[in-house]
Amino acid sequence: MDRPIRVVVAKPGLDGHDRGAKVVARALRDAGMEVIYTGLRQTPEQIVETAIQEDADVVAMSILSGAHNHLFPKVVKLLNEKGADDILIVGGGVIPEDDIPGLIEAGIAAIFTPGTPTSVTIDFIKNNLKRN
Amino acid sequence: MFDKEKIAQVKKATDNWNDTVIAKTIAKFPERKPEFKTSSDIEIKRVYTPADVEDMDYERDLSYPGEYPYTRGVQPTMYRGKSWTMRQYAGFATAEESNKRYKYLLEQGQTGLSVAFDLPTQIGYDSDHPLSEGEVGKVGVAIDSLKDMEVLFDGIPLDKVSTSMTINAPASVLLAMYIAVAEKQGVTPEKLSGTIQNDILKEYIARGTYIFPVEPSMRLITNIFEYCSKNVPKWNTISISGYHIREAGSSAAQEVAFTLADGIAYVEAAIKAGLDVDEFAPRLSFFFNAHNDLLEEVAKFRAARRLWAKIMKDRFKAKSTKSMMLRFHTQTGGSTLTAQQPDNNIVRVAIQTLAAVLGGTQSLHTNSKDEALALPTEDSVRIALRTQQIVENESGVTETIDPLAGSYYVENLTNNIENMASEYIRKIDELGGAARAIEKGYVQQEIQDSAYRYQMEIEKGERVIVGMNKFKVEEAAPKGLLRVDPIVGELQARKLADLRSTRDNAKVDAALEALKKAAQGEENLMPFILDAVRVYGTLGEICGVLREVFGEYQQTVIL
Repeated sequence: MDRPIRVVVAKPGLDGHDRGAKVVARALRDAGMEVIYTGLRQTPEQIVETAIQEDADVVAMSILSGAHNHLFPKVVKLLNEKGADDILIVGGGVIPEDDIPGLIEAGIAAIFTPGTPTSVTIDFIKNNLKRN
Repeated sequence: MFDKEKIAQVKKATDNWNDTVIAKTIAKFPERKPEFKTSSDIEIKRVYTPADVEDMDYERDLSYPGEYPYTRGVQPTMYRGKSWTMRQYAGFATAEESNKRYKYLLEQGQTGLSVAFDLPTQIGYDSDHPLSEGEVGKVGVAIDSLKDMEVLFDGIPLDKVSTSMTINAPASVLLAMYIAVAEKQGVTPEKLSGTIQNDILKEYIARGTYIFPVEPSMRLITNIFEYCSKNVPKWNTISISGYHIREAGSSAAQEVAFTLADGIAYVEAAIKAGLDVDEFAPRLSFFFNAHNDLLEEVAKFRAARRLWAKIMKDRFKAKSTKSMMLRFHTQTGGSTLTAQQPDNNIVRVAIQTLAAVLGGTQSLHTNSKDEALALPTEDSVRIALRTQQIVENESGVTETIDPLAGSYYVENLTNNIENMASEYIRKIDELGGAARAIEKGYVQQEIQDSAYRYQMEIEKGERVIVGMNKFKVEEAAPKGLLRVDPIVGELQARKLADLRSTRDNAKVDAALEALKKAAQGEENLMPFILDAVRVYGTLGEICGVLREVFGEYQQTVIL
């Protein structure tokens, strides 16, 4: 790819805990990516719209409220409906181990739980982009 | 306090010790790192001596517990008289489920309730609102109307327990519901004791459950101050919170600074609304975090008390000593817990409990070991409560007041934190006060910089988090975590449909219309909200009317 990787960092749902999202956003930026942070309380529809408008390669979502099983798959579904299935989707937050297989099944490429170094997320994104 | 000549001698002796003994030792055995620092970026010296507190004046700077400037505590006998209130923040799923948990906690010796609401409730949406989907009952209990509130406190005598409610933007509505439930129990408002968080500024800064723009939000807050000073005199009308500022990544000194700056903004707003400072200030309360850096945390609590006392006395000319006392609740630091080896969190919480108690807290919530993974189970909540009870009954730290006073290091650190916080407050004043500084993104930027620095220290291994970036083990996924049944959303929606078809809708419409008119004018909104609540107007309907009149806050997005 001859342009920097473009990432939309998003906070779906009503949860206001954005320390993690912002730290990850900044780390991605420091790693040379172009980062768009949506701010709080984004509906899946808004996230998809931003991702398409910004021509994002990656959508990285964070939820700490427990609404991940509902909201993450909805974003994947909407992106697919819009034909944007070449966008890599990752998620993070307080997400119980037991929920991860279901989320992966639903199309989230990876789930990063508390304690994950930002370098792991950066490497994952670099190695798993769907666009070339 | 110290004789000048003595101090000069000590300084000389310390220099001498550093130049000879230390120089020789370090040459052979270098220290672990080139410099030692607290979370607030304060350099920590090898050793502290009387020279580090040479300007201290005991009567002026420390005085006695219960005496201005309250550095040593707000009550004359502190824990020798009565222990702090043990108050575990709890709530999930439905009012029925949460009511069971509260009764369990009271049976286990907890002395006050602390209600956690789900996000739709905190943002003023009913459970059947499209934006509530997936969030109902998740991080707290879902409350849509007085009906739910009646169930939540069923069998709990509201004249006997004190209840803290973590509710901000719609605080007036939940307080009104609480008053209405008490009425049904035959308890009059002046007998009620408890706290609403009601601190919107830190929602804009760090926690995110805002609804309305700054000005109408400040109006709602001062309406509550005024209403309660006349009708619910024992109620703490606000809990000015540093907790979430710290969780968002601030340092200890920033926690004090931004919290007190918010406090200043509320006092100014209330005075501007025509209230007398000594009428409302005695009911202001605070809420701080307790992290692992034990001595810095103790110094933080002491510095916060002293600085607030000075602000109230000098800046706001308060006359009542009660207006000058910074009373606070503490919660141990959620962000310090690790998902890895969660049992280790019990130890962290114990250290943080000590910090809060040595710092003179009035009430305490201890986090449970599994909270980096999910909401806590009953078993893990019991361990957290037992941690407080062990510190209270077995550690001995409660037997004398402010036992770390006089430590050269703790006193020096207390001074440093107070000075750093004062400097921040000066900057915020220059920016036009806390609300403006938040709208400009200044406060958020400062916090984010600290959060990022902290994360990078962990990733570089400069900061060790046991079990996370050092002393790691392979472990199986934890079992038995608490899960909220997704059916809660449907249950609440059904209850709402039922309510809307059985209540007197004409009365609801009239109450909402009256509220709307009042909101467009200048009247105190509390009586109108109470009227709407009593006829079973829902939280979403009441906040909906206010949204219509006030509009919504637009977040300043800072990266």
